[in-house]
Order: sequence, then C-alpha cells, then structure tokens
Amino acid sequence: MIADGRIKSRFLEVESEFSAISSVAGAVAAGSRAFTATCSQGLALMHEVLFAIAGMRLPVVMVVTNRALSSPINIWNDCQDSISERDSGWIQLYVETVQEAVDTIIQAYKIAEDNRVLLPVMVCMDGFILTHTVEPVELPDDVEVKKFLPKYKPNHAFLDPTRPMTLGPFTYPEPYFKLRKELSLAIDNSKIIISEVNEEFGEMFKRKYGNGLIEEYKNDKKIAIVSMGSVCGTIKCVVDSRKDTGLVRIRCYRPLPKEDLIEALKGKEIVIVLDKNISLGLGSGSVFSEVRDVLYSLKDRPKVVGCVAGLGGTDIKSKDINRLIDESKKMKDGEVVWLI
Amino acid sequence: MNDDLISPGHRTCAGCGSILAARHMLKATGRDVIICESTGCLEVTSTQYPLTSWKVPWIHVLFENAVSVAVGVKAALWAQGNEHTQVIAFGGDGGIVDIGFGAVSGALERNDDIMIITYDNEAYANTGIQRSGATPFGASTGTSPHGKVSIGKKVWKKNVPMIAVAHGAGYVASASIAYPKDLQDKIKKAMSIKGTRYIHIHTPCPVGWGFDSSKTIEIARLAVQTGMWILFEIEDGKFKKMFRPTELMPVENYLRMQKRFEHLKEEEIKIIQDHINQTWKELDNLEKSGVNLRTIL
Ligand SMILES: Cc1ncc(C[n+]2csc(CCOP(=O)(O)OP(=O)(O)O)c2C)c(N)n1
Repeated sequence: MIADGRIKSRFLEVESEFSAISSVAGAVAAGSRAFTATCSQGLALMHEVLFAIAGMRLPVVMVVTNRALSSPINIWNDCQDSISERDSGWIQLYVETVQEAVDTIIQAYKIAEDNRVLLPVMVCMDGFILTHTVEPVELPDDVEVKKFLPKYKPNHAFLDPTRPMTLGPFTYPEPYFKLRKELSLAIDNSKIIISEVNEEFGEMFKRKYGNGLIEEYKNDKKIAIVSMGSVCGTIKCVVDSRKDTGLVRIRCYRPLPKEDLIEALKGKEIVIVLDKNISLGLGSGSVFSEVRDVLYSLKDRPKVVGCVAGLGGTDIKSKDINRLIDESKKMKDGEVVWLI
Repeated sequence: MNDDLISPGHRTCAGCGSILAARHMLKATGRDVIICESTGCLEVTSTQYPLTSWKVPWIHVLFENAVSVAVGVKAALWAQGNEHTQVIAFGGDGGIVDIGFGAVSGALERNDDIMIITYDNEAYANTGIQRSGATPFGASTGTSPHGKVSIGKKVWKKNVPMIAVAHGAGYVASASIAYPKDLQDKIKKAMSIKGTRYIHIHTPCPVGWGFDSSKTIEIARLAVQTGMWILFEIEDGKFKKMFRPTELMPVENYLRMQKRFEHLKEEEIKIIQDHINQTWKELDNLEKSGVNLRTIL
C-alpha cells in the first residue's frame, strides 16, 4: 500500500523485531501513530522493550499473531507468546475472528490514546487459524474510521524541541514504586474505556464484541466454558448442540475483568477453563489459575477444572470439546487435563 | 547568548569526560535537536527523576536501542513534515559498540537520516568498569583483569568508525573532548549532511581509568598526542587526519598516568607503541592514496 502510494506512511525496514518495536516506541514518543506486528520468537525478543513502553505510557498498538515458542521450534498456533508477556503492562485483547481483529485494531488506537489510559495495546489473534485462512471481512469505511478515530494529537509528554522534555529518566526506589503503582491503577481503570470504545464502535459500525471485556454466549446453563480466541468459534458450535453448557469468552485478558467474570460465572456448577498455554511448573494454563483465583471469593464456588489444549497448533475439534465437557462432570475441583 | 543546554547539578563524578562530550555536542546542535540516549553513566546521572539536566528533548528507553529509537523518532518527524530537527542517537561504547551494534549496523545499511554519537569511556562505566569492545589492549578492567598470567584486555579496540565507513556512511569522524572546537565543527558539518553520520568521541573516565579527576583534559589530550586516539574525518569516503604533530609522543607518557595500565611491562608497552606506529603510518598511506573507503571496503 505504501509502495503504491495508497497511504502516506513510512515503512521502516528494520533489522530485527527488537529494533522494530524500539523504533515504534521512538515514533510514538515523538508524537506520531505507529504500528507493528509480530509473534512467537519475535515477541520474545521484544520482551525488554514491551515493559519499557508500558512504563513510559506510550500508546503503541501492536498485533500479535499468536504462535508457539521454541523449543522445540514450531511455527503453529498457541498463545504462549503473548501470555508470557501478560505482566508487561500492555492491554491484551484476544479476538475470535478476522473481522474482530480488523475492528479491534481500530478500537485499540482509541483505547491506547485515551488520556485516561495512555497504555500500549496488544491485539492478539491466533496465528494460522485467523491469519492464514479466508474469511469474508467487511472493511470499515475510511471516512467513518476517520470520524471514529480522528487525527492523533498527543497532548501529554512527547519529544518536541519547542517544549523540551526528558522521557525515560532514572528513578530511585520510592518514585519507581509509586510510578509502578500508578501504572497498575491505570491498566485497571482502562476496563471502563475498553467497554466504552466497544459500545461506541458498535453504534457506528453495527458490530460489537460482548461488553468489550467478555462475551457471554448462551451462558444460562449449569456448565460454562471459559476460553479466549478463535477456539471460541468451535466452542460456540458445541454449545449450540448441547443443553448443559454455555461459553464465556475472555476478550480482554489484561486488565483481567474480574467483576465481569464473577458475574458471569457465579452459580455455575462447573467452570471449564480451556488454555492454549502452559505455565511450566504450575501444571496448568494461566487463564485457568487466574479464573480460579477470581472465583475464590465466592461463597458457593463452582467446581473449576482446566484443560491445556492446542499447543503448537494441535487441532481442537468439536468432539474433543464434547468429550471434555462430559469428563468435567467426573473431574475433581482444580484438576487439569491435557487435550492430547 | 550561547547558553549551555546541559544544566549543572547533574550527578556525574568529578572530572567526568562524558558529560563534556554531551555539552559540546549541544553547543554545536543548538536547541533544534532530539537526543535518544542509551542506558549508561550519562543517562543515570543526568536524569535523576524528577530532575533533568537536559534543556532539549531527550529520551531513554533501553541500553541497546538508542539507535532504533532514533530511527523511529526521525520517521515520526517526517510524518509531521518536520525536516529540520536533528535526531541524534547518543550512547556509551557499551551501548553503541557492543550490545546495540546490530541496530547501528542496520541504520548504517539503510542510511537512515540520523546522527550516531558514541561517547567512549572505553568500558561499561555505569556498572563498575567492565571491558567493552572499545576497551584498549592491555587495559585492566573488572572482566579483563590483569594478573600473573593475564595482560588485561588481550585484543585490540574495535574500530567502529571504519566499520561505519564500510557500510558506506557519508560522514564519519573521531573527536576528543580535549579538542572542543574540532569536536563541535565535526558535529556541525555532520548536521549539514543527510543519511547516517557517525561520530566517535574519546571521553576519559577518572574512576574507570584510574587518574586524578583534575587530569581529564590532560589525559584526553595526551591520548591524541601519543596517537592512542587519532583525530580524523572521513567525508564522502575520503580519510583525513585532523591532528598531525611533527612527532608523536611516546605512548608511555599516556599509559603511565593511568592505573588501568599500571601493570604493563616494558615489552608490553612496546607492543602497544609498535601497533600505534604501524597504524599511524598506514593511515598516512591511506590518506595519501586518496581511495574512497565508501566504495572499496
Ligand atoms: C540488556 C542490559 N544489560 C545490562 C544492563 C546493565 N547496564 C546498565 S548501563 C551498562 C553499561 C553501560 O556502558 P556504556 O554503554 O559503555 O556506558 P557508560 O556507563 O560507560 O557511560 C550496563 C551493563 C542493562 N541496562 N541492560
């Protein structure tokens, strides 16, 4: 598009993912909008910069096309790469479809640049499953998008010789601690804005995704599956064919919408959490342990069981999910199975 | 008024050569500049939150990405239609010569329109003096200690200016804080040239090298007078020596003033002296030959 002169942007041909995200940081710090995408090893290489970007409150937007991490080397889908960056201070939105990816990227800039947020946003979409498949997508109209997302005019800290500022200074223990706490509050508070932006987008483009944080699908049954990403499409099919199970899709994993999850899952008999990542040494996926933690404060806690699935691109079929639901009835609270 | 763009009150050690490099750099650039700095002594001592010594826009992200950050800043200025502001990646020898070198090479290969300036105190000073690729042969540091069977650093200093020219850089120069006019002139000339420009500034470190903090400039000057640091400019591929004494002083004069070289035996000093004599001669030949380093390397 840039080579054809269809958009007036500069494409930086950098030598590594580490430099790509560093240059994006520089561009955003200098007051422009920038974009990059990566996955897997590339994202791991960016690790150090991710934390710096969030700490500097730079409204960067990046797509992560989720893929497995080495070793062994594998090029297919799972969410280990972005889940491993969950503590970096980036907002993480996981999409189910290509359409949602397109829409969420537009939303992401609005969220990131909101003065009440000023945080980076990672739009996570399943590699191959969403990135290498054909799906009809409605591309939002340019004029409408510009209305929804006007020209970026930063009014916080940015590099400008007429208004010199020092960005990224050295801090002693107490101010460091205070700034980290502020960062934590900022990402918690962003939930409201993520929901708002989803609503606003819905009004304008007639598409929205749950309440922006979670999406409930036929969640009026005694069993609920909790998961993220494209596998939720498969789970929806399974849910359609059963009377006992509904779905709660986590769209926003960071910040974790604790209140929404409690609201959606209280009173369930069984909550099954399906993870496409494994926290090595914990024996379960991260979403499982966090959802279980969130539900701990409930008086009548549902039984929460976990399932590690789809690592390295292993297919997750409807029959696997049906079997998982049936088995969950016999599983102990806290038990985790591997779908393999 | 030619006011200083680095405020006093920073926390560098007494006699720090590196902060002088920053000061001279900004005297040359003026206010219309954005500095992208790497983690290191200067970053830590000049931006102690909530204070700063920088009267120009300044950003630090990490140790090894000052150059990539600068590349992004430059792209943003382009998007904003700003053609005038100079973008400078400014880092220590650790940040530029070693860990961030991949990004330096990348920018040079693409000829990105930024200036890269290394302040070279010949060690990782901020973390307590470990050897870097820019530490000279024979110097004792935390990670290249001298001992009964060790001379200190066993290999020669990495020659980044020449590596920059090998990438085809249009302007490459070395400079020293002992020659501020020459230093500022070089930065000013670099500002008038497009593409990646590389300037390497020698900045003695009293703590790391082991000399009295009143002797910083003297040491810097001696480095040039002995040929331990050669002032040159490579404009459009043509090498030119900028300082040419009728005779070089013996290198011993320079080495003997510093604790990091204290252990060197006479025959070891001779190795260094021979190396310098050879380099000095080769560079003369290079200059006379008039070859264009941008195209032949
Ligand atoms: C990836 C990484 N490794 C190590 C460090 C710790 N560290 C901070 S500054 C520094 C050395 C800086 O050396 P140099 O670039 O020569 O600058 P100087 O301190 O000498 O001014 C190191 C190793 C770091 N910040 N990041």
